[in-house]
Amino acid sequence: MGYPHKTHPRETAILSKHFGETEARTLDGWKKRGGYRALEQALAMTPAQIVDIVKASGLRGRGGAGFPTGMKWSFMKPGDGKPHYLCCNADESEPGTFKDREIMRWTPHALVEGCAIGAYAIGAETAYIYIRGEFTECIDWMEKAVAEAYAAGIIGNNAMGTGKRIDVHVHKGAGAYICGEETALMESLEGKRGNPRIKPPFPAVSGLFSQPTTINNVETLVAVPHILMNGPEWYKAMSLSSPKSTGSKLFSVCGNVSRPGNYEIVLGFPFKDFLYDLCGGPQPGRKFKAVIPGGASVPIQTMEEAEATMMDYEGFVAQGTMLGSGGVIIFDDQQNMPRMIARLARFFAHESCGQCTQCREGTAWTTKILERIVAGQGTFEDLDTLLELADNMTGKTICVLSDSCAAPVVSGLQKFRHEFEALITGKRSSMSTGAKLTAQSSQLSAAASTGLSV
Amino acid sequence: MSAHGTTPYTQVFTGKRKNDLDAILLRYPNKQAALLPALWIVQEVHGWVSEEGMTEVAAALGLTAAYVKGVVTFYTMYHQHPVGKYFVQICTTSPCLCAGADKVTEAFLKHTGCNELGVTSPDGKYTVIEVECLGACGFATPVQINADTVENVTADKVQQILAGLK
Amino acid sequence: MTAPLVNLTIEGRPVSVPAGTSILEAAKTAGVLIPHYCYHPGLPVAGVCRMCLVDVEKAPKLMPSCATAVAEGQVVHVHNDKSLEARKGVLELLLINHPLDCPICDQSGECELQDYTFQEGRQDSRYREPKRFNPVEDFGGDVLYVPNRCILCTRCVRFMDDVHKDAVLAVGERGDRAVITTAPDAGLTQPWASNVVDLCPVGALLSKDFLNKARAWELDRSASVCTGCSQGCNIVVETRDNAVVRLKPRANEAVNAFFMCDEGRLNYRWLNRQDRCAVPMANGAPAEWSTAIAAAVGALNGKRAHVVANASLSNEVFFLLKRIVGKTGGSVKFDVPQGAEAALPGVEDLALRADRVANATGAEAFGAARTEQPYAGVSAGDVLVLVDVEPSAVPSTALNAASAVIFIGTADPSGLSKLTAAFPIANVVESDGTLTNLRGRVQRFLQAKAAPGQARPAWFALADLLIALGEKADYATASDIFAALATSTPAFDGMSFDSLGLKGTPLAGSMAGAGR
Repeated sequence: MGYPHKTHPRETAILSKHFGETEARTLDGWKKRGGYRALEQALAMTPAQIVDIVKASGLRGRGGAGFPTGMKWSFMKPGDGKPHYLCCNADESEPGTFKDREIMRWTPHALVEGCAIGAYAIGAETAYIYIRGEFTECIDWMEKAVAEAYAAGIIGNNAMGTGKRIDVHVHKGAGAYICGEETALMESLEGKRGNPRIKPPFPAVSGLFSQPTTINNVETLVAVPHILMNGPEWYKAMSLSSPKSTGSKLFSVCGNVSRPGNYEIVLGFPFKDFLYDLCGGPQPGRKFKAVIPGGASVPIQTMEEAEATMMDYEGFVAQGTMLGSGGVIIFDDQQNMPRMIARLARFFAHESCGQCTQCREGTAWTTKILERIVAGQGTFEDLDTLLELADNMTGKTICVLSDSCAAPVVSGLQKFRHEFEALITGKRSSMSTGAKLTAQSSQLSAAASTGLSV
Repeated sequence: MSAHGTTPYTQVFTGKRKNDLDAILLRYPNKQAALLPALWIVQEVHGWVSEEGMTEVAAALGLTAAYVKGVVTFYTMYHQHPVGKYFVQICTTSPCLCAGADKVTEAFLKHTGCNELGVTSPDGKYTVIEVECLGACGFATPVQINADTVENVTADKVQQILAGLK
Repeated sequence: MTAPLVNLTIEGRPVSVPAGTSILEAAKTAGVLIPHYCYHPGLPVAGVCRMCLVDVEKAPKLMPSCATAVAEGQVVHVHNDKSLEARKGVLELLLINHPLDCPICDQSGECELQDYTFQEGRQDSRYREPKRFNPVEDFGGDVLYVPNRCILCTRCVRFMDDVHKDAVLAVGERGDRAVITTAPDAGLTQPWASNVVDLCPVGALLSKDFLNKARAWELDRSASVCTGCSQGCNIVVETRDNAVVRLKPRANEAVNAFFMCDEGRLNYRWLNRQDRCAVPMANGAPAEWSTAIAAAVGALNGKRAHVVANASLSNEVFFLLKRIVGKTGGSVKFDVPQGAEAALPGVEDLALRADRVANATGAEAFGAARTEQPYAGVSAGDVLVLVDVEPSAVPSTALNAASAVIFIGTADPSGLSKLTAAFPIANVVESDGTLTNLRGRVQRFLQAKAAPGQARPAWFALADLLIALGEKADYATASDIFAALATSTPAFDGMSFDSLGLKGTPLAGSMAGAGR
């Protein structure tokens, strides 16, 4: 399986402590490891007490936006007479990110417990775990864990014998990155196309089935039991640089690196040490060239920027990018950056829901221009067009998919313009696969068309 | 796997599967929310979601066939055409591309006899497609064959993987 | 329970609108049109075309004015550089895959993509890649879909789903592969489906009936009212070279919102019929108007008039008919052909009505009698006066019983026996007048084309007849007659053509418009 690697001494394994232990997947094994004690404790508290503890811990959303979790929960007004819902966002699809996958496949009960606590804290009787359809293994393990938890009376209409009702359901997605956007996820759960909604209204006012809803990432929810068991001060104390970034966080590492995989560190860890020590640095004979530190949607960093970064919400921003979902993509000196960026653009074009004009047309056009440049057919005007197009695609649409497509293009052109220019002037021969990319991209639109061009 | 559209459509939601759908409906406050799960059941039974399948689901959930078609075509995992016995999805998004996913794709196309993406091999066994990020970037290149994910695939392992498929 | 007023500034103009109003609608009240595609006042807000982005001071980014409610003290810029640049960007993107086939597109001249591009788009395109192509599709009914021109505004999808309540259209696929799609055997045959053609802001949804028939700029347009049923939908009659080529709905919140049914829309060819009564006749032969009128007066002398009138004729006509039978004795009768009712579910009290005439309410207001047997009771010696009825539909028993027949109409009457006089009259699109719909709303229709030959408006012919019968009827226009009927008929008290405007007024004591 090649995973999990041994925990590095400089890691702080809290959420990932039991990765690799097959026994931890079962209810008995999970209980042996202290599982469901936090839920028991939570059900003896008032929802408001739980919200206060989570607030005090400084826990921030691990899905990408980093919104304070306790504050988000506090938007759910108890006693409003409406059904409340908790959605767990397990539609992990951001290129470079695969942490929730490991949480679900190794510690499924951790997520059931996190969902149950979260649901109780926001006054919801129903939680849905929306898992992307491709995660077949995660879905299997989560369904097993939910069934076990129901059978043991941990969840259901008399959760842990407290008389409280907490239902948890697994909902399988069907292939759409955009359903990781919170309102698109709700649309999808409602049996619709995964089109993001206009906000306001925000989910806490009108979310799933038009009822007050909170949506949290997998990693956020599995952190909650630890916070309840160890106290907010313990969690808050885990912070290495900015006091606004607390706790441990899983970072997924992929690309051209010696030891890809998931690493759990305390926020504020030096990125340089992370890359060269924990991840083992570049593969033999290679040099790192660029890093996308927070999943494909965030701006690309040069190594100079990356090595000066502290790994927390503020630290990444200070170095021109974002922490995002913590998906670290590393490119080494063998890689053709325009080709990598073109492929990312194609990802976004493929995944655009197509509602907003700028995104529907802009992502596809950006992809076509980039692939033409990679194929050696680019012009200098194309570079200006790309930047103006990126500007037109930023901050103008319902959700940020369009912005996400623009981010690597703008940062790539800023930081690696010479590579684009070399392809345009022919000083660097286009890689043979470049032409193939273009051929494949026309297949992209062939799905809905005859493939004819006019 | 169903016969490829040549035989008359057989209803999916009868007997046990009707009960399964009824059980799924209990999870949601309205019928429409069961659309994705219902479509999954149709695909499990027939191997793909035909227009007859969409019409059946629409009737079961009180929706129109056009609405269901709009949803089916939004999501990439519902097959709108019959596919090979082994449906091979290779992640080629940048993190996998930089690890050699393009070579893996070439190898699959060659050794399955598909030769072209999205085309089922002449023996009906394989359909190979490129897929956007499978969420297993640290195990590049992940390849999903039907419901199973094979991790760390390189071009030289492809023949062995194919030989292992029953 | 009116919402409190909110004060804001749009393009430097102070605006006060009820709370909850969108910036886009608020701007309209200040005379500022914010360009938009997906927004339509008759549909739920989608906010997807991103054309109506405006710069709201203190907002972090441009706001979609269709989906942003007004707030106290807001300062909105519609035409500053930031907003203009955003719209220019949207326009460029909408055009990159567009075939730019305006010369062969029916929408040309009334296309919002064309208009806004001309107004504020780029001069050129920077797009150098192959364009997307999808074949034209027949959506069934009267609708053709040209996907290459589609801008995915989803107005058509929302209309069928939210207004027609039959979601036969959907967006299929996603991203730049998205198209409007329909299920294989579900065509757009619903009774109100063709409204999607009007709603489409570009040339993606076309009427097969109108296909290649005329260019938008060749058309003359007149406000009118549909006479297909008693709903009284407000319409625009579009003519080219004195022929009606298309009917379109005209917005009237109180009657038909923004819509009209397919039956009304497509039933216009009779307005162009060639077998018209075009010259007056006296005793079976063509004659001068004065001779024909004299023949009619001669026949009516000392006789009772049994008048059978088409109930889609105007209030003015029924008013004059009332005066004529008041002079001669007799009665005015009409029948009401029936058809299946077909409601538009998403709009309150809007339907294609079972009563397939336009003015039964007005006819009754002027004493005409509704009956299934309008020809029953023609006593021996009565003069049968036929007003805009089909000659072929007149039963021979009635003709036999009558002492004489006076025909006042649009169809060729030459086959009628005992035809003493015939007056050629203008049809509804050839004259002015008013109609009263089933909810008692009095609405004007305006002349859209010229009447053939010597045909005159019915009110003109009837006024001449009244004068010849010795009555005072010196009306110069339909408006004069309306003023007279308003003075003498309490339900119309105080109304005038001016006060009716183009959206009409409810009769005193009637429901305030059609349901709303």
